[in-house]
Amino acid sequence: MMAAPLLSVRNLTVQFKTDEGLITTVDNVSFDIAAGEVLGLVGESGSGKSVTAKALMKLNAGNTVYGPESSITLNLDDGPVDVLSLNKAKDLNVVRGGAISMIFQEPMASFAPAITIGDQMVEQLLLHSAMNKKEARELSVEMLNRVGISDAGTRIDQYAFEFSGGMRQRAMIAMALSTKPKLLIADEPTTALDVTIQAQVIDLMKDLIGEFGMAILFITHDLGVIAQTADRVAVMYLGRVMETGTVREVIRTPAHPYTQGLLNALPKLDHLDEPLTPVPGDIPSPLERPDGCVFHTRCSKFIPGTCDADRPGFARVSASHQAACVLVENAKEVAS
Amino acid sequence: MSVQDSHVWVNRLSVHFGVGKGLLGGGGGVLKAVDEVSLEIPRGSFFGLVGESGSGKTTLGRAILKAAPITGGEVRYHDEDVDFDVGRMNKAELKEYRRRAQLIFQDPYAALSPRMTVRDIIAEPLEVMKLTKTREETDERVREIAAKCRLNLEHLRRFPHAFSGGQRQRISIARALVCEPKFLVADESVAALDVSIQADILNLLKSLQQDMDITFLFISHDLSVVAHICDYVAVMYLGAIVELAPSRELFAGPKHPYTKALLSAIPSLDPDDRGTAQKLEGEIPSPLNKPSGCRFHTRCPVAEARCAAEAPAWRELSPGHRVACHFAV
Repeated sequence: MMAAPLLSVRNLTVQFKTDEGLITTVDNVSFDIAAGEVLGLVGESGSGKSVTAKALMKLNAGNTVYGPESSITLNLDDGPVDVLSLNKAKDLNVVRGGAISMIFQEPMASFAPAITIGDQMVEQLLLHSAMNKKEARELSVEMLNRVGISDAGTRIDQYAFEFSGGMRQRAMIAMALSTKPKLLIADEPTTALDVTIQAQVIDLMKDLIGEFGMAILFITHDLGVIAQTADRVAVMYLGRVMETGTVREVIRTPAHPYTQGLLNALPKLDHLDEPLTPVPGDIPSPLERPDGCVFHTRCSKFIPGTCDADRPGFARVSASHQAACVLVENAKEVAS
Repeated sequence: MSVQDSHVWVNRLSVHFGVGKGLLGGGGGVLKAVDEVSLEIPRGSFFGLVGESGSGKTTLGRAILKAAPITGGEVRYHDEDVDFDVGRMNKAELKEYRRRAQLIFQDPYAALSPRMTVRDIIAEPLEVMKLTKTREETDERVREIAAKCRLNLEHLRRFPHAFSGGQRQRISIARALVCEPKFLVADESVAALDVSIQADILNLLKSLQQDMDITFLFISHDLSVVAHICDYVAVMYLGAIVELAPSRELFAGPKHPYTKALLSAIPSLDPDDRGTAQKLEGEIPSPLNKPSGCRFHTRCPVAEARCAAEAPAWRELSPGHRVACHFAV
C-alpha cells in the first residue's frame, strides 16, 4: 500500500456569505500533495486559488462557509489532522505556522512596519518551537544568511522599509522556513518582483526545496514560473480544477481547452510571427456562475446542449494526467 | 533621424527631483530619475520602453507628456499640423498638446471614477476641452469610440464596478481616444490584466493604432509583450537608455549585457530548461547613489576596471541599433 500523502484535499467547497447572496469561490476541489513534492496551482484572478490555499490554514474570513462534504487531511508523523474541524486558536497553531507556513505576494504588507524583522522572526519561533530567545535569534540570523542576505547579524535589527523588495521576499522565505514546516504555501511569491530578482528568488527556492525537503503548494498565474518550479500542476478556473497532471504533460500536451487557450494567449519570445490569440470573452462574475462546465461561455470547442447542461467529471488522459472536459472523455470512448 | 521625420524627438532630456530637503531648502540630494535621455519616436510606430522598477520609464513617459518637470534637454512634438517645443509651450499650445497627446494608465480599477457612468467617463475629455457643441454631438462621439473599443451601447449606462478588468481597460482606452489624439502613452496598460484578457487588449491597441493613425509609446516591464507589439524598443536602466533598436533586431541579437540578462531572466515555458539562464547578481542600485562610470557595472557579468571609471559612449552599432557599452560589438 502506498503511504498516505502529506496533504489530502477532498471535495473542498468554499462559499462566502455576502449581501448579494452566497458566492461560491471554490467548487468541489480535490488534490493531494506528497511529502517533498511541489504542486503548482495556476489560475487567473477569481479562480479560487488563494481561497483554496487559505482554507488549508483556515485563514478565510468569518463569513466563510465550507461545504459539508469538504475535508482537508494533513498526515503528520503523530497521526492525521482534520484541518476543517479545528476551531480553537491553540489547535490551529499546528496548521498556522507549525506544520504549514505561508509566504505572501506582497512582502511589504506581510511584515509589521514598526517591529524589526528580527523580532518578528524570533516571535514566531518562540510560538512554534521549544527554543529560547537566544537560540531563536541565532537561528534567525542563520536563516537570513542562508537566503543570501549579507551582514545578517546587523540587518536582523532593521525594519521592513530598510529592505528592498527582493530582500523582503528573501526575509519572508527565511522566516517561513525557520520553523521547518512540512508544507510551504507560496502565494504568488515572485509576482511583485522584477524579472531579474524573480529569477534569483526562484533559484533560491529551488535550492531550499532540495535542502529542507518540504512540500510546496506554489500558487501563481504565470505558467513560466510553474514550468520552472513545479513537479505537478493543477489548473483552476472559476473555483474548479480543470486539468491536473505532471508539469511536462500539462504544459506540452494540454488536454483542456482552457489550458490550451491560456498557453496560446501567452506572448512567446520564440514565436514572434504568430498573432496573439486571446481566450474570447470575459471572466464571468462570481455571482453568475455558468451552468454545466464553468468554462463553456468562453470555450472555442463548446458543444451546445452538453457543455452548458452537464458538469464534466475528470477523464484520464494518462496515468498521471486528467482533465475535466467532455471532449477528453469522448476521445477516450472513440479510442476504446 | 531628423526632428522632421519623427513624431516625438527627445534630446538629452533630464528630469531631476530634489529630495530630503530641510525646511529651508538646504542639504537635500538630487534624484536624477531621467538622466540625459535621447530618442526619436517615428510617426505611426509602436515604440516600446522597458526596464525594471526604478529605471525611470514612467517618469520619462510623463516628462514627454509634460506631466513631470523637464529639468534639462528638449522634447519636440511634431505632427502634420503642429510643431511644439514641449518644455516651452504657452497656455494655448499646452491645451492643444493635451488633446493630441494622451495617457492610458496601468490600473483600470483605480483609473475610473466609481460615481460616473461609463458614458460620462468617456465624454469627460470632450466636455472639459469643449470639443463638442451639443450633447447629441458628444453622445455621437462617445458611441462611435465605444464601438471601436468593443463596448456595447448598453454598457454606457452602467457604472464601472459592474465591469471586469478587461472591460474596464477598454473603457480607459475609449476615454483616452475620444478626443482623437495623435500620440498615446500606454503605461503598463496590460500589467494588471490576466493572460487570457491581456492578448485581447494588445490586439485592440494594435488595431486602433492602424485605424486611427496613432503613434504609441508603450511602457512595460514585460519583454515578451513588448516583443510582440512594438516596432522599436528602448531598454532603460537607472535613468538612462542602455540599448535602442528595431524590435526584431533587439530580441534576435541583444548587445548590451543588461538586455541579455533581462531576456534570459524570463522563466522558460520548457520544464526541461531549468536553471540554464544567466542570472544577474544583486539589485538595482538607488538612483540617489548612482555607480560611477557605466551605471550597470556593479551588476554586469562582463565588467572590467574601465567600466567603473569611464561612462560608455552612446554608439550606433548598425543603422538604428544604438548601445551604451564599451564592449558591445
